[in-house]
Amino acid sequence: MQAHFAELAALVGQISGFIYPNEIELQWSILIVIYPYLTGLVAGAFILASLEKVFNVKELQPTYRLALLCALSFLIVAPMPLQAHLGHPERSLEMLMTPNPNSAMAMFGFVYLWYLLLVLLLEIWFDFRADMVRWSQQSRGLKKFFYSALALGTTDISDEAVAFDHKAVYTITLVGIPSAFILHGYVGFIFGSIKANPWWSSVLIPIVFLFSAIVSGIAMILLIYYISSLIRGQQPKMPCMDKLASFLLYALILDFSLESLDFIHRLYESEESIHILSELIVSKLFLSLTIVQIMLGTILPLLMLAFGRYSRLPAELKRIIYVISAMLIQVGIFSTRWNVVIGGQLFSKSLRGLTAYKLEMGGQEGLLAAIGFLILPFLIFLLLIKILPPWEDEKETVPAAIEA
Amino acid sequence: MADKINRRDFVRKVVEGTASAVMLTVCGPMRSLANASEEAATEPSAPAYDATQHYYGMGVQIDRCIGCGKCADACKSENNVPREPFYFRTWVERYVIDAEREVHVDSPGGGLHGFSPPAAEEDILRSFFVPKLCNHCDHPPCVQVCPVGATFKTQDGVVLVDQDYCVGCRYCIQACPYGARYLHPEKHAADKCTFCYQRITKGMLPACVEVCPTQTRVFGEINGISSPLHRLMKMEEIQVLKPELNTEPKVLYTKLDGEVR
Repeated sequence: MQAHFAELAALVGQISGFIYPNEIELQWSILIVIYPYLTGLVAGAFILASLEKVFNVKELQPTYRLALLCALSFLIVAPMPLQAHLGHPERSLEMLMTPNPNSAMAMFGFVYLWYLLLVLLLEIWFDFRADMVRWSQQSRGLKKFFYSALALGTTDISDEAVAFDHKAVYTITLVGIPSAFILHGYVGFIFGSIKANPWWSSVLIPIVFLFSAIVSGIAMILLIYYISSLIRGQQPKMPCMDKLASFLLYALILDFSLESLDFIHRLYESEESIHILSELIVSKLFLSLTIVQIMLGTILPLLMLAFGRYSRLPAELKRIIYVISAMLIQVGIFSTRWNVVIGGQLFSKSLRGLTAYKLEMGGQEGLLAAIGFLILPFLIFLLLIKILPPWEDEKETVPAAIEA
Repeated sequence: MADKINRRDFVRKVVEGTASAVMLTVCGPMRSLANASEEAATEPSAPAYDATQHYYGMGVQIDRCIGCGKCADACKSENNVPREPFYFRTWVERYVIDAEREVHVDSPGGGLHGFSPPAAEEDILRSFFVPKLCNHCDHPPCVQVCPVGATFKTQDGVVLVDQDYCVGCRYCIQACPYGARYLHPEKHAADKCTFCYQRITKGMLPACVEVCPTQTRVFGEINGISSPLHRLMKMEEIQVLKPELNTEPKVLYTKLDGEVR
């Protein structure tokens, strides 16, 4: 407690102008930055997966299952930083038991459960069911039981049954696309609906969140597809990489246009808050917004992708350009989340001053905890691809990792 | 004849009447005493408080405030607000508008220990103090966003937090346009001004109103025709903070400068 007070006292020196005295303590820390970053990856990965299923983009076939499992891994971790951030984590279930129907945040649990249970798990189950049955039939002992249990005891892999699975996956994807839009648009609404905060309060925020989610999701799948191919000693399929890069480029252009629109709109309307927001951008957010988010995270990968996609470079070089672009985009989107969540708390609601945020190393809301929440989805992903190998060429063989 | 009363009857009636009068005189109070002690055993001795009969607000007369900070100090004592200068249920801001119409605002330690004089007094165009607190909005954004309904508006118009129910998500702190809320460092729940609910429901004034030496703050019924607050609303021009946000504050300022946010 005393250490916390000492930290706050140290922050007082970094205040410029006037802030309300209660505003010295920054309420939403880096953990709340991670939350929209992770849900964005979920929504983006799912929307990419649905391109293959619903819009029949054949080139993306190798990424379909990867995208689904990746979305599930991120979705499992998404609520964890929120839970860790609560003052009373033990009361969090009250949000489901006694929700305030007027609260945007109270709907989180329902949107989340809908998406997890009715979209992702169901789609993954139908998509893998025939494989799980086959894996169960081909193995013995505990492993046989494990896959049989995962398949919920079903054994029918007749053409008719598999055709039904395909139909089910198609239908769930149809429901899933608007659900993914709702999941992340909703996260944007949590911020966009706060009229007290001029940095957040914008009708465009949910839409900007959505498109940046699609960008981050596609970039993540591109990276995962590339790295997993290398690890498995295979060449990443060039048509797939090209298609991913194309979609990434389109989504990035849309996302950048929307963000520019938001920016120009604010500047042109020039409301009461414009002075303090301008000060915020040129001082506290200069590095994370201008340099990292806009220059390194958006404009540079945009040019690189356009160049890589439409030039006559050798395939190897093209792939490297795509991968570097996708990495830059990840950093850029994380900065976007940072600039929204932290940036929105760095100016006083009196519009007369700027405050500061000191990221701690350790502790519940420190950098190490944040890194942990960012690594955890990849560990879950590794586990999931061991249990449910998403590789097309290994469909017939039994996963080796689950040895009893 | 029916109206004829004989002497014996008369005497009997007189005796009966006297006896019952004596009985009533002696036993009546005894019975009510007994009832009272029964009531005392089942209900608190304070008169029952009926929230539906009140609708509270607070007037703040800016031209009266001398920036002594007694209100903020009394509030901390009355409500166990942490003494560290990062947590306030009420505080005082000083506005100094200089000759170049530049606005300087400060609130050192919430104004709890008063203010040091501004550097050059001759350069000041105008200057004044603004006491701030929760506005107990009629249309409170904090209540709207609370995911579990732990913060709520009572029938008497006061916005309260159930700290045994608050999950500590801090969405309400983000939603408050006035910076009137904070996360209590020990309770890990949202905290804010309650108009000293523990006092006003007993007929007392909030601590800040009680100690103000200049009667800057006027607490009372918004709807009561004969209340001091109602009289203030009748005699003075009233402004509220950030009216464009449509929160409908019930903290009503007089002589509020346009620079105050």
